[in-house]
Order: sequence, then C-alpha cells, then structure tokens
Amino acid sequence: MTISLLTFYLFSAVILLSSLMVISAKNPVHSVLFLILSFLNAAGIFVILHAEFLAMILIIVYVGAVAVLFLFVVMMLDIKSSISKENILQYMPIGLLVGLVFIAELVIVLINTKLDLTSIQILSNPMSNFVGQSNTEAIGSVLYTNYILYFQLSGIILLVAMIGSIVLTLREREGVKRQIISEQLERRGKIDLVDVKSGEGIDV
Amino acid sequence: MFNLFQTYTFDLLSIVFYCLLIFIPLLLGVVLALYADRKIWAAVQKRKGPNVVGPFGLLQVPADGLKFIFKEIILPDGSDKTVFLVAPIITLALSIAAWAVVPVQAGVVLANINVGILYIFAISSLGVYGILMAGWSSNSKYPFFGALRSAAQMVSYEVSIGFVIVTVLMCVGSLNLTEIVMAQKNIWFFIPLFPMFIVFFISALAETNRPPFDLPEAESELVAGYQTEYSGMPFVLFMFGEYINILLMCAMTTILFLGGWLPPVDIFPLNELPGFVWFLLKVTLVFYMFAMVKAFVPRYRYDQLMRLGWKVFLPLSLLAVVMTSSILFFFNLAPGM
Repeated sequence: MTISLLTFYLFSAVILLSSLMVISAKNPVHSVLFLILSFLNAAGIFVILHAEFLAMILIIVYVGAVAVLFLFVVMMLDIKSSISKENILQYMPIGLLVGLVFIAELVIVLINTKLDLTSIQILSNPMSNFVGQSNTEAIGSVLYTNYILYFQLSGIILLVAMIGSIVLTLREREGVKRQIISEQLERRGKIDLVDVKSGEGIDV
Repeated sequence: MFNLFQTYTFDLLSIVFYCLLIFIPLLLGVVLALYADRKIWAAVQKRKGPNVVGPFGLLQVPADGLKFIFKEIILPDGSDKTVFLVAPIITLALSIAAWAVVPVQAGVVLANINVGILYIFAISSLGVYGILMAGWSSNSKYPFFGALRSAAQMVSYEVSIGFVIVTVLMCVGSLNLTEIVMAQKNIWFFIPLFPMFIVFFISALAETNRPPFDLPEAESELVAGYQTEYSGMPFVLFMFGEYINILLMCAMTTILFLGGWLPPVDIFPLNELPGFVWFLLKVTLVFYMFAMVKAFVPRYRYDQLMRLGWKVFLPLSLLAVVMTSSILFFFNLAPGM
C-alpha cells in the first residue's frame, strides 16, 4: 500500500461515481458538472503516471475550454428536469445497441492484443528512450519529427471543421449598424474638436 | 494501515505547515491589496479613502470582513442550494491552489513541478466555473447574464494569454517557473518582448474581471453580476478569491516579464537584498498599475471588449509567436539548439 496506489483508487473511484452521476443525474447542468469532475480526476491519474504534460493539457483543453462551452449551451437550453418514463423506454433500444457495439469493440480489441513481454515492458516504462528528459520534451521531440504529418493533418481537419461551422452559421443581415473603428477614426475633417473658452461661447 | 500513517505523518504535517506558510501571507496580502486599491482609487479622485478605522484606516478591511462574517447567509428560494454554496468555495480554493507553484525566491516554492506555467494556466482556466456555477444556481436574471458575459470574456482572453506564454516559453526552453526566472538573468523579458508584455497586462485585467473589463459585475447594467444573490460569508469567499487571482496575475507578470526575484542590475547594494523582497516590490508595482487602470480608464462596451480580444490581441499574439520563433530559429538563439 503506497500513497500513489491509494490516490489511484481515490481518483478512479471518483471517476466511476461521477461518470455514473453523469447519466443518472436528473438535472442536465449537474450532469455536465459531474462530467467535469471526472475529467479532472482523469487528469489526476495522468499525474500519477508521470504524464504531467498530458494532465495539464487535458485540464486546459477539455475542462477549461470544451466543457465550458458545453456548460454554456446546457445552461441556456432550459431543459425541464423531469423526463417521463415513456421517453426512457423510447430511447432504451438505441442506447442498449450503442452500448453493446462499444462493449463488443472493446472485447475484440482486447482479444486481438497480444500482451507479450515487450509490450508489457513498453507499457510499464513508456519513456525508456527519453531518459533524463521531461515528458514535454519527449512528446515534442516525437510529435514534431516522426509524426509531423499526422499532427499537421489533424490541425487541418480542425481548421476545416471550424471554417465549416462559421460558414454554416454566418448570415448577412441588412440594416444592422456596426461600429467600424477605423472609419470613426478617419472622419477628422468632418468633426472638429474645439477648445471653447469659458464665457465666450462659439459660433456654430 | 498504521505503517502508512507512520511513514507519511511527517510529510503530511510539513505539507500542511508549508500550505499555511503560503496561505497566511496571502490573506495578509489580500487585505493590504484591498486597502491599497481603495486608497489609490481615492487619491486619484481627490478623496481620502478609508481613514477612520485604525491608524490611516488600515483596519477598515478587517472590519469589513468581520461585518460580512456576522451577516446572515441568505439562500434564494429558487436557487440550486448545493451548487450555490459550492461556487464560492471553488473560486477561493482554485485561486489559492495556483499559488502552490509560484516561486518567490530561488528554491523557495512549495511544489517545483516541471510544468509549473501550464499548471497555473490550467488552474486559472478553471476559475470560470466558480462564476458560471454562481450565475446559474442563483436562478435569477442578472447573475445569469453576468456569468455568461464573464465566461465568454475569460475564455476569449485566455487564448491570447496562452499565446503570450508560448512566446515567453520559446525564449526559455522550459515550463518550469524557476527556470523562466533564471533565463532572465541577462535581460528581463519585458524589454525584448515589450508588445507581449502589454498584451499580457491587458489580458490579465480582462481575465481577472478588473476594470475597465469588469462587465460581469457592471453595476449600472447588472446590479452586481454573478455576485448579486450572495451575502455574508460566501460573498467574502468570492471577494477573496478575486483578489488572490489578481495578486496571482501580478506575480505571473513579475515572473514572466519582470525577472521574478532577480535584482534589476546585479551590483553590490542591490543584490544584497533577499530575492523575495524584490519579488514583493515588483508584485506591488504591478498591482499599483492594476489599481491605477481601475481609477482612470472608463468601462469598455461589451462588443468592444470582444473585438479587442478576438480581432486585435489574437492576431497580434499569433504573429508574435511566429515572429519570435523565426527570429530564435534563424539567429540560432533558441535555447537547446
């Protein structure tokens, strides 16, 4: 029993419980908050595995940005928390199907993976080639050399997705007044600032 | 189980001791910062500021604190009580947690982790949850609007803060805060990276919801934003969390751009002062700038705030990342090359 083992059990217990709460909480906002809690604890497990860079990136990207937008949308939706039992029955078959497919996939992957000695060694000591480097350096040194193509490709896919969603939601409305700051600053000739002396007034 | 306690009791006690060593000066710092904020603000407006309670009004802030502690905690009827009470606790806890990695002197830091700057960035990006939860759980219009504004604002300005941090990191070659300070031995980063220093300072104002970016609690439009329904102790927790965050941003500016605990020039009378004195002096200077901005800049309109974040700071900081990396690469200045 070491501290790292204890903290591992603590984190994983919280992950399991909060994931359970995500699907069982009646209020959708509570669900999202529990989801965030499980993200945070997953980051904790990364820290135990000495993958502190991944842990921090998980918190910054998923918890700090993605989940905020999630929470944002769910808060605005104003879903009434009472969902009738008919709905549950209605969606049950689809849910079960998705769950079964997922479990089947996991089982297939696990059966086909041969856990031979080398892969166990790799798993237990993932950074054997990078002794003395922090894992930020280690990730950087592979990501920007061996995997540069995949890295750039994923960036391009994200860019395309972003442009796509902007194009889909963009609409030009007529008659909307916008502040264009450069134009405002350029109209010096039409508007003059005059220092008016007190008591004398000014001719307009 | 007993063995476990025996082995780790000492560690646990020492960690608790170090935590108190951070927490108590931090509370003192918040009290002084609140006092300084009000005094500076008053001086700009030719008022006297707090001057009745204690010598020079120094006890005004503790008196206010006591007043809030003894006030009744009002829970709004339609509110989500648990989330309502958890929100201020999260805000305060997160703002204190970030201080665990802040080095005040060479080697004087609770946790010298090698992703220090990412840790602070992560914790400060979590800060938005306290505000969102408070705004939503109050079940009231103005807090909700305040929370939405605040979330949008903090997420927007985090992007440019992230890019500014990246430019600094490229000049350092490490994510460790101590090494970031030590890399500034020859020249403080605010000289070569001056535009980024300005961008960081303004983004820090927006990130901590300070004037002129205090739209989440703009009293003329939103009563008090997400804090509207809070009273008594939970309100104090929000207030403390906010000011600890402001001090953290001052400390971050000091570490990233103003050379942390290093003296301005490494000559005899200056380098005799202990490092944390320099650190405190620099943090005080940055806080003074924060307070002055509050005193003489009018509040931004919301669309102007978003324009500044997305259309000015984001391209500017992105350009700076490309420029800095190109210069470091072509002149062989990059660390570790």
